[in-house]
Parts: sequence; C-alpha cells; structure tokens
Amino acid sequence: MSELTKKINLILKVWRQKGPKDVGSFKEYEAKGVSTDASFLEMLDAVNEELISKGDDPIAFDHDCREGICGSCGFMIDGEAHGPQKSTTVCQLHMRAFKEGDVLTLEPWRASAFPIIKDLMADRSAMDRIIMAGGYISANTGGARDANSILISKNDADQAFNAATCIGCGACVASCKNAAAMLFTAAKVSHLALLPQGQIERKTRAERMVAQMDAEGFGACTSTGSCSASCPKDISLVNIAQMNREFLKAKVFKEDQVDVGGGF
Amino acid sequence: MSLSLPHGFLTSTIGKKYLMGLAGAVWAGFVLSHMAGNLLMFISADAYNSYGHALTSGNIIYAIELILVGTLISHVFLAISLTRQNRAARTSGYAVSPRGEKVARFGSKTMGVQGSIVLVFIISHLITFKYGTYYETTVNGVVMRDLYRLMVEVFQQPGYVFWYLVCLVLLGVHLSHGVGSVFQSFGLMNGRYQPIFRKLSLAYAVIVALGFIAQPIYIYFVASLG
Repeated sequence: MSELTKKINLILKVWRQKGPKDVGSFKEYEAKGVSTDASFLEMLDAVNEELISKGDDPIAFDHDCREGICGSCGFMIDGEAHGPQKSTTVCQLHMRAFKEGDVLTLEPWRASAFPIIKDLMADRSAMDRIIMAGGYISANTGGARDANSILISKNDADQAFNAATCIGCGACVASCKNAAAMLFTAAKVSHLALLPQGQIERKTRAERMVAQMDAEGFGACTSTGSCSASCPKDISLVNIAQMNREFLKAKVFKEDQVDVGGGF
Repeated sequence: MSLSLPHGFLTSTIGKKYLMGLAGAVWAGFVLSHMAGNLLMFISADAYNSYGHALTSGNIIYAIELILVGTLISHVFLAISLTRQNRAARTSGYAVSPRGEKVARFGSKTMGVQGSIVLVFIISHLITFKYGTYYETTVNGVVMRDLYRLMVEVFQQPGYVFWYLVCLVLLGVHLSHGVGSVFQSFGLMNGRYQPIFRKLSLAYAVIVALGFIAQPIYIYFVASLG
C-alpha cells in the first residue's frame, strides 16, 4: 500500500431490480473503509461480500476482463456512463477519483433495446444482432497468407484501428438521449469499410446493420456528441458521418441482383 | 446498377435524417436569402418594395413557394416521426443528470421546441405580411404593393417587436445546431472539417438572426420617428 493510499467512506444509491419484469427502486448502501487504490468494481465486490455475509442478495453487475478491453462492464455513476473519468471503463475507474463522503447513484444502462436483466445488468444482445447482420468479413480458409501481403495505407490502418477499438460496451447507447446505437454501429461499419478485407460485404453492410439497429428499437442521431464524450475508447462522431455515406451509397447505388439461373 | 431509392430508405432512421437535413438545408438557404433581400429596407422604401414586386411578379414564385411548403411539411413530419422513435427508444431517464460535454447542449436538446415555435412564427408571419393589409405605392411609374408601409406599422408595436425578437433568436439557435448537423447527416463530416463546420454553423446562425433582428429594431427605434 503506497503512502498516497487513503481509506474513504461512501454512500451508494444502487438501482435494485430483481428481474426484467420487476419495477425496481434505489436502495442505499454504505461502503466503508474503501482503499483509494481499489477499482470501482473491487469496491462493489467488498460491498457484495458484506451483503452475502448478512444473507442479502448481492448487487448484480456485468464484468469480465477487468482491464478495460472486453466491454462487459458498465453502468451509470451519477448519470455518467462508466463514471466521471474520461476514456475509462468502470473496471478501470479507481476510487481515487472519489472523495470521502461522496454519495454515488448507480443505475443500469437505460434503453428500450436494453432490457434490464437484474440490478445493474442490462441485456445488450441487441448489439450482437447488429454485428450478426453485417459486422463481419468473408474469410477463406486454406494455407495461411503472409500477413503483410495486403497493402493498407498507414492512414486507413490508423483510422480503422481507432474505430476497431470499440469494445461494444453500450455506453454510447446509455448516454444518448435517444438511446441511439449509431456510434457503435458506425464504429463497426467504418472499421471494416476502411480495410481491404471488408470490401466484399461493403455494399450491403451498412444497409443491413442499420436495418437491424432500427428493428431493435434504438433511436436516431441528433448529433449531441454525448456518445463520443462518454465512450471509454473515444470513438469519434466522424464515424457516424462515414456510416451515413456508406448507407446512402448502398441504398442509392444498389446493385441489381444477378439472376444466376439454376433451372434446367 | 440501378439508380433508385429502394424500399427501406424512407423508413430508416438515417434515411429520414438525410431528408430532414435536405429540407432543413433548403430552408436555411431561404432564410439567408430572405434576410439579405430584406436588408434593402435600409437603402430605401422604394428599393424594398421594388424587390418584393420583382420577386412576386413572375410565375417562378409559385414554384419556389411549392418547394418551400413541401420541404417545410416534410421537415415537420420527419421531425415528429423521429422524435416519437427517439422517445420510444428511451422511455426512462436517469436519476442524476450528467455534466460537461456528456450532456446534450441546450441547442441540440430543444430542437423540437424551437422548431415548433418557429413554425407558429412562420404561419403568423405570413398572416401579418403576405396576407396583411394591402397598401399600394408607385415606384418609377409602376404600381406595386407598399410592404414597407405595412412593415413600419407592424414594427411600431412593441408586442410585435418582442415576439419577432424571441422567434428570431430561436431561429438562430435552431440554425446553429441544424446547419452543422446537416453536414454530419449527409456524411460530409470528417476529422479535418468537424471544427470548421461547427464554426460555420454558428456564424451562419448569427448572421441570419442578427440580420433579421436589425430590421424590427431599426423600424421601432429609428425609422418610425421620421
């Protein structure tokens, strides 16, 4: 424990909801003697240990890698997705970002397309279905090719990589006043549109992913920028412009379906 | 390859945004030209009336009016449709509001309210002027409508001046978010242009709003004295 480590006491107002059909309400908990070196999720683990020892139901929250790269964790802390620190997932948010006596309100992502499973866990499978609609590339199997045989400009590679850093956590949807999944979908569309490997499905990708996004009940973009400001990976709004371009191209210059026959 | 708008464009969120942006862009262009044309009132009453006469004498005005009414109606209906969709997507809010750049700016958050008031304004403005009292004047031997006289009459009433001020400020706020967002909706935004478009949008809004506002203010405080 470093010399800078402090112990702080917090009050948590946590959204408790038994299941998707339950109404849910806030319940207050005390988090005592929290090390400022602990992560936010470690702090919740300690609170849960105490709840379990008392025979209470622990607070349910999503988490997996706890190193900011898997996209599993995420909830609202005082109305901010992943909490107050920029470019940080809640698992990488540390308690030194808070001070003694803070009262924190924890809520799950709220969107019609994200039904609440329990407490702070929201069902984000709508995003998986958007990916299934077009967020993939065709890859032939066979002998492995040399990784450097496909040339990609440095700029395209960098832009594609920036878009590819999206971990699909859903903070953009949670932060958007319209619960739009534009930033998420756009990151996937841009990422693949910029790379040679993504060209085969390019003409249909934006169209299919946007259709799925709409079907899931996400809202439209009103360019408020809340999504990008809340994104733990700083995905830029520029990706939404790229997706809109791709979408228009796909719709306006739709290729005729070639009749390949098949009959005799 | 066929050039068409296939099924699904008009019903998609992005397709609606394209059309709403297009209709908004037509009106953004119109308000700028309307404002610029009206500045002729600062030159002379005759110049102002002659401009109005020239605009309304040909048949082209009907085509322009048709485009303006059509785009306005589609802009409003698309806005209603998208707002309903957006509200359905987020039925419950959060107990605590976010801060800083994570919160939608006032201008972007209240587009619907601003737009609704501006719509009421457009209709009342048409009733006041286009369908208002018909005075006649003669400029260089041509008999034409004396809109200048009507305008001076209207803007001598403080209530009208105040209502115009409020609505024109709202129009400016609406444009400041709208003009920049058109570039985003059309997919023309990229990293290099983003800050330029935002500034351009603000400048556009300020020029249009101030240009318009100068007119009732001038009439109320200066021209009406003479």
